[in-house]
Amino acid sequence: MTENVKKQNFWARYSWIMWAVIVLAFYVWSINGLQFSGLQESAAEVSKSIMHGLFHPEWSYFYDGSGEDLFSLIFQTLAIAFLGTFVSAILSIPFAFWAARAPRENKFHLRSTSGKFILVFIRTFPELVLAIMFIKAVGPGSFAGVLAVSIHSIGMLGKLFSEALENMDRGSEEAIQSAGGSKADMWVLATMPTIMPEFLSYTLYRFEIAVRSASILGMVGAGGIGTPLLFAIQTRNWSRVGIILLGIIVMVTAIDFISGTIRKKLV
Amino acid sequence: MDKQQLPQRPFAQKYHVKGIGGALVFLALLWGSSVMTGVNWGEFFTNLDQFFDLLSRMAHPAWEYTNIVIQPILETIQMALIGTTIGTVIAIPFSILAARNLIKNSVVRGVIRFILNLVRTLPDLLLAALFVAVVGIGATAGVWTLAVFSFGMISKLFYETIETIDERPLEALRAAGANNTQVVIFAVVPQVLNSFVSYFLYTFEINVRASTVLGYLGAGGIGVYLQRSLSSFRYDQTAVIVLAILVVVIVIDAVSNNLRERLQ
Repeated sequence: MTENVKKQNFWARYSWIMWAVIVLAFYVWSINGLQFSGLQESAAEVSKSIMHGLFHPEWSYFYDGSGEDLFSLIFQTLAIAFLGTFVSAILSIPFAFWAARAPRENKFHLRSTSGKFILVFIRTFPELVLAIMFIKAVGPGSFAGVLAVSIHSIGMLGKLFSEALENMDRGSEEAIQSAGGSKADMWVLATMPTIMPEFLSYTLYRFEIAVRSASILGMVGAGGIGTPLLFAIQTRNWSRVGIILLGIIVMVTAIDFISGTIRKKLV
Repeated sequence: MDKQQLPQRPFAQKYHVKGIGGALVFLALLWGSSVMTGVNWGEFFTNLDQFFDLLSRMAHPAWEYTNIVIQPILETIQMALIGTTIGTVIAIPFSILAARNLIKNSVVRGVIRFILNLVRTLPDLLLAALFVAVVGIGATAGVWTLAVFSFGMISKLFYETIETIDERPLEALRAAGANNTQVVIFAVVPQVLNSFVSYFLYTFEINVRASTVLGYLGAGGIGVYLQRSLSSFRYDQTAVIVLAILVVVIVIDAVSNNLRERLQ
């Protein structure tokens, strides 16, 4: 019986052709638009020396007591990320309350929508540009890096915090209110304890990301391991690049592991 | 009443050793970091007017610069698309090899996952600096950077998806005598295709954001112009570039979010 077979309408049946054409057009446009310069003649040689450098790191750079060695700069990088994340976590809280929307409110809400837009703006503002702006204000060095991380992280932390606020369980707030508590009581006794573990977990997560970005902020002069790394790449000192890469890999892996363990305990 | 019967709190609990100790360690870390990074809030606040001077110069964008910016920003999107695609193509075999339910050999899996973890620790700009040294200045370096960067991210997302699939179709095919390739094509692919496309779009979004700064180190796209405007102190042009990036990122995010919602 053919009537029992549900007939797909024309659109459902052939829409994939349209999608395929769109996707294909995008790829053709992209491939034609990019000038593939091809490999330099020295590419093979350079990659060979990079590989050689990676497997023969310059161990003497690890620690020489000058304060400009890998060990001290790795700790400086961690310090930038730690301090930056701490400041931005505090600064993010007002932004989170600005951007959060109560469940009963409209999808478009003047306060919440404007707050969300500000957060998107902060998030897309390139961190490198921020770092350069702060270098103009406080001079090159890791303090500029701290400031760049603390402002840039607001974009993501504010978003995560406000989403946590939107999805939080409001039962305990209501309980305090119905027992006659003031707004301040509600905030101290119900809102904060409910939201704190999630805030901390997001902050740790953001710290992991901040460690990565702190390790490259030095490329514009904002302190940390990035400055000697860029210098070593530009002077083709591959064994030094090798040891710095190793240092970054070990640092990031260790931080991810520690922070992951703490986050599992929190939530 | 016998005093002994009252429960005694242990010393550590009575004096909140854990909480106070944790707070002290935290404060020590904060203090140590401030010393290490040379934090000087006094200097920051005295020089704040310079920062606001910069901001006010950025608040008057040089609109005539917009025409020049359009071409490189399109190039940025093209770089992101090609880079993400190359990364995804390479990631697929790796993610199959790293999935617990498909590869029973834990040595292979361990080695593959170790490689993936290594790739994921490298920040994007660092990769860009390396690729500029290898392939030279230009969009090619950017494409390779994004390919490696999305490879690390996508393969993790993919193998985690593969590990959550329903095992029964796989078993049915194996029972019917299918080999491993046939199992992957007829039982794994139909189950994961939608989430794969969704993760691809998600990575594409991230890559569009990332690719806007890659040019700073010479890896093509809008970043080249960003670097040029910053080093010639034309902050009004920087403002135009930042706004252009904002528009592109919002548009790409909206399109990709819309497509991802349809996929679910």
